[in-house]
Amino acid sequence: MMHINRRNFLKVSGGVAAVGAIGIPHIALGASKKVVVIGGGSGGATAAKYLRRADASIEVTLIEPNKTYHTCFMSNEVLGGERSIDTIKFDYKGIAKHGVKVVHDTVTGIDTAARKVTTAGGQSFVYDRCIVSPGIDFSWEGIDGYDEKAAEIIPHAWKAGAQTTILQKQLADMKDGGTVIIAAPPNPFRCPPGPYERASQIAHYLKKHKPKSKVLILDAKDKFSKQGLFMAGWKKYYGDMIEWVSAANGGKVEGVDVANRSVQGTIDKFKGDVVNVIPPQKAGKIAHTAGLTNEAGWCPIDQGTFESTLQANVHVIGDACIAGAMPKSGYSANSQAKVCAAAVAALLNGMEAPVPSYVNTCYSIITPEHAISVAAVYTLSEGKIAGVPGSGGLTPGDAPDETYRREVAYAHSWFKNVTDDIFG
Amino acid sequence: MKYKNLIQGIVILGSLSLGGAAMAAGPSASMLANTCAGCHGTDGSSNGPATPSIAAIKAEYFIETMQAYKDGSRKATVMDRIAKGYTDDEIKLMAGYFAEQKFVRITQDTDKKMASSGKRLHDRYCEKCHEEGGKLSDDGGILAGQMMPYLRYSLADFTSGSREMPKKMKSKVDEMMTKSGKNSLEELVHYYGSQK
Repeated sequence: MMHINRRNFLKVSGGVAAVGAIGIPHIALGASKKVVVIGGGSGGATAAKYLRRADASIEVTLIEPNKTYHTCFMSNEVLGGERSIDTIKFDYKGIAKHGVKVVHDTVTGIDTAARKVTTAGGQSFVYDRCIVSPGIDFSWEGIDGYDEKAAEIIPHAWKAGAQTTILQKQLADMKDGGTVIIAAPPNPFRCPPGPYERASQIAHYLKKHKPKSKVLILDAKDKFSKQGLFMAGWKKYYGDMIEWVSAANGGKVEGVDVANRSVQGTIDKFKGDVVNVIPPQKAGKIAHTAGLTNEAGWCPIDQGTFESTLQANVHVIGDACIAGAMPKSGYSANSQAKVCAAAVAALLNGMEAPVPSYVNTCYSIITPEHAISVAAVYTLSEGKIAGVPGSGGLTPGDAPDETYRREVAYAHSWFKNVTDDIFG
Repeated sequence: MKYKNLIQGIVILGSLSLGGAAMAAGPSASMLANTCAGCHGTDGSSNGPATPSIAAIKAEYFIETMQAYKDGSRKATVMDRIAKGYTDDEIKLMAGYFAEQKFVRITQDTDKKMASSGKRLHDRYCEKCHEEGGKLSDDGGILAGQMMPYLRYSLADFTSGSREMPKKMKSKVDEMMTKSGKNSLEELVHYYGSQK
């Protein structure tokens, strides 16, 4: 938000004079500017806050079922024993201080004709624009014998909080020499490097407390994010503690036997002492209910404004949307939310959506002394979000140890700053 | 009431259109600057522990730094990969934006004794160019209240030679380390970190 001093004001009103020639939009006469934001995670909370920052005359209602939010990002460090779960827990007091009306309820329907959102608690909210940031849902049918109930025993911990605690406790109870199985999902999924950071953090915990144990990653894919850097880090710090089985080698998990704590790959069956299944994914439930998803289960959008191509006046951000080259990450959701908020604020004021700029950096902490990252800056190019040529990329594989050490400090700094940006 | 809304409207239209008018086809200053918050804090004031604050940075210094990351003349952990994503004009816009922001300092864990030794060292060797206890910056960044790990990295890179120091700075730093020992660097860090 720019500061208004005399010089700026003259520039501003100079700009307005041009608009005035076309016709001052009806905002000056008190037209309705109501936005309902569905979902209070990294995307939704950022969108609600940044809408208020852009234009304090916009009424923003944020509807989120939970009173607190546990970030999935950095939850791997909880599993690694490097941070307490309280440090990934956030409330909505900060968001409310920006003048956002926070409602704790579950959205059950979006009437796009009437522009009305309805909730499980029987409430309804009208909107001029709706921003949906519902995160992911799991395609349970993708794995035989695995469902929401099974996940209470064989956790996914791919939505943080209670699930993280279940997995953490199982690791604590496991005897030395046990095997931890991580079933990694097919593309696309939330947090591409996540399962491999998890393997690293669990190995870190095991090396300290249960050094005879093993981590076995069974993958539905033949390659993964930052693979070279991860494998080099695993070899250096964990020896042969972590084993990765690609899909080509039978790693794709097709079924789970909950009672037996075993998983069925395409060739062999694997038995674990702790089993973490990360199932295939799709857009969060409300996106499907509201007709925002395509056949693949994700939400197609205008990549400059995040407006759904299937429903007018409804925008989708974060993991649920198809955002060109951007990965499904917490930082992407936060970046997209700001672009979307700026677009919605402009559109509500009768103006064109502004030219966007997006960013994402994914940090993965392999040990407390060694982290790696993949960074990218994006622009809108022929309607698609694309990385700026010649920019971005991975931490070099041949960097001095000090670089990887600093990456850890910067990873922690990213976490502190992005969560303050989202919830503060 | 109507008057208030009209002024609000003018302000909003202005803030939305101003960036667009200044740089015809690209993103506005605030659109660009908003991409930095995830690491550098909302509006550039970092919550730490290590990523530096860039709020209130001198525009020229911001531009110089980003260009050095872009052309590889300054070694980076991640900023080279990021800086290459922005055009020269976009960097100028961001510089102007951050220069106008207020630097909100967080409380860092400092040792009183070291900080006061650091103050004496600063007054003797650094104040000339890093005035007002490092709050002002002639050619460099703001030192007062900057993230301590970042100051440590910077000083380590300067003294190892992996990052170039201006000649005047090198002679002061060399003199300080000769006369006051290697610990002098850490004392300076505590001094800057202790400032509010």
